[in-house]
Amino acid sequence: MFKPSLFACALLASAGTAQANDDLAAIRQEIAEMKAGYEARIAALEARLKQAEPHPAATETRHAAGPDRANAAGFNPEVSLILSGEYARRDGRPERAITGFMPAGDSHGGERGFNLRHTELVVGADVDPQFRGYAAFDLADAALEEAWFESMALGEGFSLKGGRFFSGLGYLNERHPHAWDFADTPLMYQALFGERFRQDGLQLKWLAPTETYLALGLEAGSGGNLAGADGPVGAWSGFAKIGGDIDASQSWRAGLAYLSARPKARAGHWEDANGDEVTSVFTGDSRAWIADFVWKWAPQGRAKERNLTLQAEYFQRDEKGALACGGAGTLCAAEPSDRHGSRQSGWYAQGVYQFMPRWRTGLRYERLDSGTLDFGANNAVLDRPDYNPDKYSLMLDYSPSEFSRIRLQFARDRSMQGIGENQITLQYVMSLGAHGAHLF
Amino acid sequence: MRKILLLCLSLLAWPAQAALTVLACEPEWAALVGELAGDRAAAASATTAFQDPHHIEARPSLIARARRADLLVCTGAELESGWLPLLLRESANPRIQPGRPGHFMAADFVTLLDKPQRLSRAEGDVHAQGNPHIQTDPRNIAQVAGALAQRLAQLDPANAAFYETRRADFARRWQTAMQGWEARAARLKGVRVVSQHSGFPYLYQWLGLVEVAVLEPKPGIEPSAGYLAEVAARLKAKPAGMIVRAAYQSGRPSEWLAGRSGLPAVALPYTVGGSDQAGDLFGLFDDTLGRLLEAAK
Repeated sequence: MFKPSLFACALLASAGTAQANDDLAAIRQEIAEMKAGYEARIAALEARLKQAEPHPAATETRHAAGPDRANAAGFNPEVSLILSGEYARRDGRPERAITGFMPAGDSHGGERGFNLRHTELVVGADVDPQFRGYAAFDLADAALEEAWFESMALGEGFSLKGGRFFSGLGYLNERHPHAWDFADTPLMYQALFGERFRQDGLQLKWLAPTETYLALGLEAGSGGNLAGADGPVGAWSGFAKIGGDIDASQSWRAGLAYLSARPKARAGHWEDANGDEVTSVFTGDSRAWIADFVWKWAPQGRAKERNLTLQAEYFQRDEKGALACGGAGTLCAAEPSDRHGSRQSGWYAQGVYQFMPRWRTGLRYERLDSGTLDFGANNAVLDRPDYNPDKYSLMLDYSPSEFSRIRLQFARDRSMQGIGENQITLQYVMSLGAHGAHLF
Repeated sequence: MRKILLLCLSLLAWPAQAALTVLACEPEWAALVGELAGDRAAAASATTAFQDPHHIEARPSLIARARRADLLVCTGAELESGWLPLLLRESANPRIQPGRPGHFMAADFVTLLDKPQRLSRAEGDVHAQGNPHIQTDPRNIAQVAGALAQRLAQLDPANAAFYETRRADFARRWQTAMQGWEARAARLKGVRVVSQHSGFPYLYQWLGLVEVAVLEPKPGIEPSAGYLAEVAARLKAKPAGMIVRAAYQSGRPSEWLAGRSGLPAVALPYTVGGSDQAGDLFGLFDDTLGRLLEAAK
């Protein structure tokens, strides 16, 4: 704490030089006086400390070893089971690609009928005084969702996370599916990441010692579920988050993140100029900016009765590289390959209002801009749709307690050109066991 | 030039102004730190008297405060288990983690009442260690004050003598005040009360009040109209003198029952800041007694 400011002062002081000479003697005098003053104070304090020492901390230590330990939730490790499932009514389609966007991750969200999406088993505990560990298993997909350790004792506001984790970029990315306000992720997340961006790598985060919340983070890793990410570092990202309270009833957080990935042979489906389906393989650079903002209101901070949350996120992504397409009997039969560049963007905005205890309703609107798509010499071969996908979602949910929720969602989905689809989802989310709180 | 240097020196001297940065989970503990540490500690509370301490969010502003805190003073006994563990993790501050001197849980230093017989979420918001609302009995405040003064001295040994002096002074004033309160409250003994939430066992134990019904069917679960009617019917057979709730709770259930039964509904400040008169710990109990006595007339 002292050293950097002392150093800065030394720098500032040395920058002044010549004209300072006449001041120097006076300043030296002042410093000497202050030093003497401090020394006297320290001596006095030491004397008082000696006096105080006979008071032992006996009564306190007796208690301190006592029953405080049942903290987080009384279990070690904390185990929780998330029961989640839905009945989804939507049209049957072999593929649900967002028009104009090449699939960037494992795609989700096409399930119909009954399914157990996001049923998870979560285990977390302090490993030792240095580390905390956490793992989440998706029981419906039999997949390891997350498995990471986090340092707890680095100090100075630093924390280090390593393993498989959801990136801290954006607002929704880090949030657990059972804490989502709608049954699915917005189209922009589906376009960018399939569902959310998951890294196998490291995250270093620093929290500034300031009145206003300010966190900076840097992540590097394999690129996780960004399809085909490649290299020693398949993807890295940096983010900054800032936030605070406006008054007792309102608080906010804003964030800005940058993601750079290097997809190699990222496969996808596209259409040729005749409308026939072809395969595409992209290798190059993919860079995205993501901005997010959330504002929450609850009268006097009592969210239990009524509260309102407004949130929005925006992204812009540039991709540059080489694209090859293929497909027997299509315009891509000769497997032509050429440079490919695109600049695309999108956003969503949503409001969720709890109008009485246990009941919430929410509205989300989202829109993507397929922007510019350039296939070089293949511009005549591949379809270049000029279409802006959009979607409305309306939801109503009921939470008998903080551990259970039942949701009905209606959506009008126009993410595929020429198709306007009405979707109805009935969903339940319940959590058993040592279930902790969620991020703001 | 000279100005820059003086500015720098004042920057260096900055941490000496308040030796300790304290984050209290509830206003009563921020007030107690104020009594014991005066200007040697800058204490802020994570919740206000109008918020339910079971349910707040680990907001960015709280994370930023926890990041800078030297000492965390909370009730413990799982009162804050819905948000404190997350706040601690997000704070990236080793000084206030469980087991460290900067982690002080008041409930560790008093005897807890109402330890539940059955631990299940089907019982509502139950706390395994007992009822955490300890601040409504001034004898608990006195016990916590002793332990907290020692903790302050442990964290800031340079001011140990200062904390000890203030502790002794506070203990003396508190003792005198308690005698006054107990004398004033003598006629409350045996008065039968209905509580909106089981948040007052320590107050009732101290004053000899008798709880005959609770408006929440299970702790933390809001009463339905049907359940309230059932309570109203029960009260006909076993009458009570008043309906008590905390300032942070919605007045609707108590007011409904008050309208139906003719009993006075009393909103107690519950913690420092819960009413205009409850500006500090002394005012908190002055006002609490004032309101109870008024209703028991």
